[in-house]
Amino acid sequence: MDLATVLQVLDSSVRLATPLLLACLAGLFSERAGIFDIGLEGKMLVAAFFSAAVAAVTGSVWIGLAAGIAASLVLAGVHGLASITFRGNQLISGVAINFLAAGMTVLIAQDWFQQGGRTPSLIGGARFTAVDLPFSGALSGVPVVGPIYAELISGHTILVYLAILLVPLTWWVLFRTRFGLRLRAVGENPAAVDTAGVSVIGLRFAAVAICGVLCGVAGAYLATALQAGFVKEMTAGRGFIALAALIFAKWRPWQALAACLLFGFLQAIALRYQNIDFGAFIIPVQFMDALPYILTVVILAGFVGKAIPPRAGGEPYVKER
Amino acid sequence: MDAMPKWAEIVLVPVISLILAGVLSALVILAIGESPSAAAWLMIEGTLLRSSGWGYMLYYTTNFIFTGLAVSVAFHARLFNIGGEGQAMVGGLGVSLVCLYLPFPHWAMALPVALAGGALFGALWAAVPAYLQAARGSHVVITTIMFNFIAAALLNYMLVNVLRPDGSMDPSSSAFPEGTHLPTFNDMAAALGFERMFRAAPANVSFFAALIACAGIWLLIWRTRLGYEIRAHGHSESAAAYAGISSFRIIVIAMLISGGLAGAMAINNVMGEAERLVLNAVEGAGFIGIAVALMGRSHPFGVLLAALLFGFLYQGGAELALWTKIPRELIVVIQALVILFTGALDNMVRMPLEKLFAARSRGGGASARPVPAGREVHSDAGGEG
Repeated sequence: MDLATVLQVLDSSVRLATPLLLACLAGLFSERAGIFDIGLEGKMLVAAFFSAAVAAVTGSVWIGLAAGIAASLVLAGVHGLASITFRGNQLISGVAINFLAAGMTVLIAQDWFQQGGRTPSLIGGARFTAVDLPFSGALSGVPVVGPIYAELISGHTILVYLAILLVPLTWWVLFRTRFGLRLRAVGENPAAVDTAGVSVIGLRFAAVAICGVLCGVAGAYLATALQAGFVKEMTAGRGFIALAALIFAKWRPWQALAACLLFGFLQAIALRYQNIDFGAFIIPVQFMDALPYILTVVILAGFVGKAIPPRAGGEPYVKER
Repeated sequence: MDAMPKWAEIVLVPVISLILAGVLSALVILAIGESPSAAAWLMIEGTLLRSSGWGYMLYYTTNFIFTGLAVSVAFHARLFNIGGEGQAMVGGLGVSLVCLYLPFPHWAMALPVALAGGALFGALWAAVPAYLQAARGSHVVITTIMFNFIAAALLNYMLVNVLRPDGSMDPSSSAFPEGTHLPTFNDMAAALGFERMFRAAPANVSFFAALIACAGIWLLIWRTRLGYEIRAHGHSESAAAYAGISSFRIIVIAMLISGGLAGAMAINNVMGEAERLVLNAVEGAGFIGIAVALMGRSHPFGVLLAALLFGFLYQGGAELALWTKIPRELIVVIQALVILFTGALDNMVRMPLEKLFAARSRGGGASARPVPAGREVHSDAGGEG
């Protein structure tokens, strides 16, 4: 394998890791505040549809992005209403949100565009275009460093850089601000936060809203940057891979970046090579598809370092029980 | 203190949730420019007024009874098995191996063996998440989700690389031999002299197997020692442990039964309908089991009713997709709303009802009986047992 092939695979890993990373950080905020969210998939899906649909109609990808975030926030609101206000089962609410998204996107797409549940292909300003970092042209002649800079680091859409910048930002918010401390506390021991006179409900809704915004960006990236338009079920389980990455990272931001890059790399390999032939044995492509999930189960089993979720995760908070 | 009478708990809450889901679905149909009443009539006409409609509806119902029971049994042990989809997929593999590689002279011999094969494979697929939950505390919801995806990859591998006949491009197994053909409702009606009944509909003898499974699960949960232990564990794990009920044992057994039921579904969709193993044979029935179990309040009779409703919705949805501009995905939306209202937003319906009944029992108790002189009203209400 030469450098150019390696760079292509790594470049594609970064592209594929970006939606996973955005959704993973979304889940990180929600689950650190004690709200389990298996509805990441559904929120990404509605955001993908509404961003593509609005971008197609208005011709502006930025209005599309805003629409995607708004749609994702609506579903986040439903999740908050069910799991915080009415103290319902957060897992069941997540399942409902995934189905709601799967059904509504096709229903509305068919009603608006009559193209079998897809949006028209996005062209021009309706898509995020690649950003060329400074000097990528000038440096491309330099051996090794030049191609790495030009191919791998430069030439992604703005959302890729945003997603990577969100990692230190998330770390800083969660571990260096008062809001972050309270948010983590509400996921471990909400009664203590309540005793300190801070609103548990307010904090949890804030976390769910941040989760909605980030899922919105993730979905918009899928439909307006990675691909040019929405197709039915286009998230294809990415919300669950993001959930897997979150567990793999044990609910920490930097590790989430590493996990998402790993899973993005696995997806890139599976896309590029069908079966990997090592001579003595062949790894089928289906095994590569299943690997993120298998790794997550192994991590969850606790044989390779135990993954311990936030203690109050999944439990509705009832004052003065 | 229970604020609500039992009938309100069992009937009123699910019915109100269902009405809310129905009203929202009607609004969705209105929003995409179709008439809800015309759509409802079309669904009824295409499902309940034709024998082939019944044949399709009961075929779907059979799938949903199995997966609904699977989710219910796990619910009784307070476990949420989202893995019905994967367990049913792997159950299909078990049924296919039995049908492809064992020679059967007659379907009556093939059915029990295939049922056992499907149940065994489904149970095995639930065994790892069950063990990890019981022994290592890994959340069963997450592991079963992961196992759904692993099952899809496994099935894809088996169909493309192992079971696919030479020269075929289709990722599916070869057709099952003649001896494994299950009689359809049409075959049965024809034997009685009604050739035109249930024509071309996929409902088959597995429907009766599903009804037997309902009765069996009712017996298991409410009439056996194991069922008592499962319910006790579901109500309070610590109290059950104090009574000598092993949490490890109950988690593993409940998940194995749950996975086995989901796997057993394959006698209907794989053996009864497709008569070969295809990709995506389950078609989301594993997830509909969640909605069915929630709506049926985890009771086998409730599961049967909810499965009939979803069977009706599925067949009705196909009719809508055929005759109107409403896509099949409308059913997914209705399914989501049912899960949302009967599962996650349960308290939204329950809380106002509880208040209403509390107010009524206070007000009603005072007015129904004349208060004897010298006795205060609230002492009367407080003294009731």
